[in-house]
Amino acid sequence: MTDSNWQPAPSLPPPAATVGWIGWVRANLISSFSNSVLTVVLGVAIIYYGWQILDWALFSADFAGVDQKDCESSGACWVFIRSRLDFFIYGFYPNAEIWRINVMFGLLAVLIIPHFFEGFKHKKLFGWLLITAFPVVSGILLLGGILGLEPVETDKWGGLALTLVLAFVGIVAALPLGILLALGRRSDMPIIRGICVCFIELWRGVPLISVLFMASVMLPLFLPEGVNFNKLLRALIGITMFQSAYMAEVVRGGLQAIPKGQYEAAAALGLGYWKSMRLIILPQALKLVIPGIVNTFIGLFKDTTLVLIIGLFEVLQTMNTSITDPAWSNVAVEGYVFAGAVFWVFCYAMSKYSQALERKLHTGHKR
Amino acid sequence: MADQQNTGGVTMPSKPPPWNDPVVRSIVFQIVALILLAWFFWTIFQNTLTNMETRGISTGFAFLNREAGFGILMSLIEYDESHTYGRTFVVGLLNTILVSVLGIIIATILGFVMGVARLSDNWIVARLASIYVETLRNIPLLLQLFFWYTAVLQALPGPRSSLKLSENIYLNNRGLNIPKPIFQDGFEFVWIALLVAIAGIFVLLRWATKRLDETGHTFPVFWTSVGLFIGLPLLVFLIMGLPLNFEVARATRFSLSGGANLIPEFIALLIGLSTYTAAFIAEIVRAGILAVSHGQTEAARSLGLRHGQTLQLIVIPQAMRVIIPPLTSQYLNLTKNSSLAAAIAYPDLVSVFAGTTLNQAGQALEIIGMVMAVYLSLSLGISFLMNLYNKKMALVER
Repeated sequence: MTDSNWQPAPSLPPPAATVGWIGWVRANLISSFSNSVLTVVLGVAIIYYGWQILDWALFSADFAGVDQKDCESSGACWVFIRSRLDFFIYGFYPNAEIWRINVMFGLLAVLIIPHFFEGFKHKKLFGWLLITAFPVVSGILLLGGILGLEPVETDKWGGLALTLVLAFVGIVAALPLGILLALGRRSDMPIIRGICVCFIELWRGVPLISVLFMASVMLPLFLPEGVNFNKLLRALIGITMFQSAYMAEVVRGGLQAIPKGQYEAAAALGLGYWKSMRLIILPQALKLVIPGIVNTFIGLFKDTTLVLIIGLFEVLQTMNTSITDPAWSNVAVEGYVFAGAVFWVFCYAMSKYSQALERKLHTGHKR
Repeated sequence: MADQQNTGGVTMPSKPPPWNDPVVRSIVFQIVALILLAWFFWTIFQNTLTNMETRGISTGFAFLNREAGFGILMSLIEYDESHTYGRTFVVGLLNTILVSVLGIIIATILGFVMGVARLSDNWIVARLASIYVETLRNIPLLLQLFFWYTAVLQALPGPRSSLKLSENIYLNNRGLNIPKPIFQDGFEFVWIALLVAIAGIFVLLRWATKRLDETGHTFPVFWTSVGLFIGLPLLVFLIMGLPLNFEVARATRFSLSGGANLIPEFIALLIGLSTYTAAFIAEIVRAGILAVSHGQTEAARSLGLRHGQTLQLIVIPQAMRVIIPPLTSQYLNLTKNSSLAAAIAYPDLVSVFAGTTLNQAGQALEIIGMVMAVYLSLSLGISFLMNLYNKKMALVER
């Protein structure tokens, strides 16, 4: 008897139709009759329209040239974008001084890009530099007037540079203000709480456009004789107030999610209010609401376009001006597609980064 | 210590000095905050008064009765140059409400479709829906509005060579021309029938819920409601002898005459607002459906509920609890975003009243105040209703 030598037959491979690409197709594209019909119809539509879009954007498009005459084909006129790219990025900034904006872009890239690398040691240092030294250096660079730099009026700022300035200042100013407001709203002191609730609900209840109108029309009335802010500063104040109220609500959500035991434990250790907030509560609360904070940043970045209504030349307005330029005709689609792509890249990158950060910081007690 | 008291061997804790006493400190702190705030507002008030005096601006709402003297592109009520500034406020407000309500309806339908499509079994459908969401969410609304207005609608052919979408519907760079309904005597009964039908649906819903709770018998509420909603007005419409005509557009030599023309500003704003908001609603709907754990569906099926019943009785009520609060804030966002109309000159509240009227009348304080008050009361009103709803729907635990 060879009973002890008995061995099971090797397992058979799974049926070929359930694994590999065949299995994937069967499960995802043709799992039922109606699904198959849908797949075929949509597939044909995608191929047809996808080809038309590719043809417009690449194959029959014009890339080389300098003006309208070089756009003879039926496709997109990317020549227009090329010729207007400088205006789109720098606005009316004097040509000789454009290096200053480039230096700012370079600094920004140097300070931000390392955050995407896992093993980088000095993330904290770079983060602090980004929100302390960088604004000072870029302010000096862009405004000029000292260190032998030619002064440049803020009226001349524009394009992508202006959009980044608005977004950056808005983000850096709105986050701390929002945290303070959120703490105030959860404070035990009724008057402080009342003031914070009124502030938050007031700004959240009105559209940003009316806030900007207010900043541009009413702020000059509120200020004493002789004191006058320029248009950019007024827009910045409006945007910061508005976004800090939204930020406050996001942070409040995080504060509410921290169990009461954490507050009590901090108090039992003898920590005062600010110490317990700084060391115990806020690090946990902010971690919980990172997606919300980044969403607010994305919203702020998109909202910077609204300043064109009070007459600032941010990215979208430079594009509007270029499109209505009589030297070019029928370039609106190209212009808006390009501007949209620029915004899309920034916003999509931010949302992907926040998702990655969320996964990385997901270190337990999330309920 | 002086204030330490020995009473029968029990040591009372010492009372801290006033500058270390949390109660005293919080009172002092609040008083200081209040004084600072009062000082802040007082300064602003004084500055405003001086500034307005030096610039010769009068205050008060008397300007609302003055003649406006400018035309408005689109108005739901009778309006021309001879009407007052006060009337421009109403015209703008009605235009805002119109575009917001229509936008909310379209965005909700599109958003629910896209949200469900993202969870589809079919890979292509799910991919297309997620491309839609990711693209529209990450591009500023203002840019999308310019795109629809300038790049799409303004690029259409002129009225002489209008695109014919279907019988009696024309599209050109002056807008969309549709047949204009002309209500005749007796049509008001159809409106009444519609209201009665809506009231009837509410009564039916309550009755059906009560019956379900008491006897366990279900009632086909959805189909009877649809029947009531369509059938009753239709019946009245037929009884009254079809009191409705349409005036269609006729092509004259240079343009179209007759019919109702929807201006391109309105169409661009409506498309932009609803497609943009739909992308956010799709995400909310998807999250809501995913929040109902699969065990719920399995439990319902093992209790013997059919697929439709599972959806109607188990999945949708639980998903709605997650969906409705963020959905309302999207509705509020849409309403506030409708103020971007100012950029493409659709005559909404901000564009007409805080734009043209402000420039002409110069009463910045009053006008911005009124506009902000409108949006603020709208937001606060809706959030109040939302909180009530939330309290009612919230999960009651132990």
